[in-house]
Amino acid sequence: MGDLLTITGLKKSLGATEVLKGINMHVAAGENVVVMGRSGGGKSVLLRHIMGLMKPDEGSVHFKDVELQELSEEALNPYRRHIGMLFQNGALFDSMTVEQNLAFPLRERGETGEEEMKERVGEALEIVDLPGQNKKLPSELSGGMKKRVALARAAIGRPELMLYDEPTTGLDPVVADSINRLIIRLGDRLNMASIVVTHDMASAYMIADRIYYLHEGQFYFEGTPNEIQQCDDPLVSKFVNGISDQKDAVL
Amino acid sequence: MGMTQALGRWLLNGFTITGEISLLTADIFRALMRYGLRWRLFLEQVYFVGIRSQFVILTTGAFTGAVFAVQVHFQFVRLGMESAVGPTVSVAMCRELGPVLCCLLLAGRVGAAMAAEISSMKITEQIDALRSLGVYPVEYLIVPRFMAMLISAPVLTALALGMGIGCGYLAAVPLLGVDGAYYWENTIKFTETSDVMIALCKGTIFGIVIAIISCHKGLNPQPGTAGVGKTTTEAVVNSSLAILVVNFFLTFILNSLFLGN
Repeated sequence: MGDLLTITGLKKSLGATEVLKGINMHVAAGENVVVMGRSGGGKSVLLRHIMGLMKPDEGSVHFKDVELQELSEEALNPYRRHIGMLFQNGALFDSMTVEQNLAFPLRERGETGEEEMKERVGEALEIVDLPGQNKKLPSELSGGMKKRVALARAAIGRPELMLYDEPTTGLDPVVADSINRLIIRLGDRLNMASIVVTHDMASAYMIADRIYYLHEGQFYFEGTPNEIQQCDDPLVSKFVNGISDQKDAVL
Repeated sequence: MGMTQALGRWLLNGFTITGEISLLTADIFRALMRYGLRWRLFLEQVYFVGIRSQFVILTTGAFTGAVFAVQVHFQFVRLGMESAVGPTVSVAMCRELGPVLCCLLLAGRVGAAMAAEISSMKITEQIDALRSLGVYPVEYLIVPRFMAMLISAPVLTALALGMGIGCGYLAAVPLLGVDGAYYWENTIKFTETSDVMIALCKGTIFGIVIAIISCHKGLNPQPGTAGVGKTTTEAVVNSSLAILVVNFFLTFILNSLFLGN
């Protein structure tokens, strides 16, 4: 199977800090990839490059053989419709109801009639276990519900690749587990590839076909969930087992 | 930091912001030409900017006209020039007081709301969400607001000056006893179409200034929740100062254009 996404030599500096120092990565169609790493390590910056929200200083991002970094903001829009993104805090449009949020991507594409749109919104809410919440505003939803609605909005256009920016951060373990299951279920049902940024090891083991460990702006480790659990590299092992030392405490 | 460095930084910042505002303005027109206008969003903004601002603008116009008429009357009555109160109020309302005060109020009410809403959307990643869903933020957020201000500001200015002239009459004639027939006759005689045109041109340009400065501030907010507050304040202060400065230059330009001065 050909790669859906290929990233080569991606470098990015923010101010004086070099956040990404040459990232190489590939994702096949239908594959679930998890990117792990310390907070502030550049994981979200990587996702934003894939979505074309940021331009790299060096390197390339190929999505289906198109070099995204070469495209202007407006030329990127047709490709963005093949990629969905779940933002860390959901980023739901707070002036719109749940239904309007979900219908938004469909309405923008203009390919769906009102009847079909209603059906698709209802179906999406069923998938994320929130039937009947159509008329609520985002401010009336809990954190977990917001994530589900945001997930449904990102997936309603049936993208080929979904990007999840810390989907379980700030949620209790039960809700986090339900979000993880939802990510897997959505991937299977819509045959989407996914890149999940997280530091939640339980999520990573549950979701991933392959795991990348990002350390100091580069991928330090790449392997399956089994391989990372058996890895005896001290740096990887320390992260996987959540062990800090004095230096980390100061940081 | 030395004085020279501070001055250099201030100048550099000024050039950067001027450049950004110029690019945003060009982008607004380009997006308008390319994508057209989203009528639903435009009408929502016209409702917010135009309809919902009427009370504050009419009140401002009314009391400005009335107070100005009273003050002018107190001075003119000593010179036996009571019949000149009407045209003085009318011309002052048209050329300066109407557009400037109306748009200063609009900067406070509408500019603040624009900057606050857009900057909140920016810091909560809603603008990135728009981009990720394949929507160009300038086209979706800025163009409807800009067009609503372009249409509403001159209409509100016209309402303010109409109200001001009317209330000036009410203050001068029934309250202070100026002869009503002379008041109107002189008002109509000395108020020219060009005075009204100056008011409408100023209103339109000030509306554009408010929309662009507020939207630019909203798109480039300071970080965090406190940043939204600071951004909003800066939008109002900068828009208000810009109105006063632009008004000075517009006065020369429009006077030479319409009155040949």
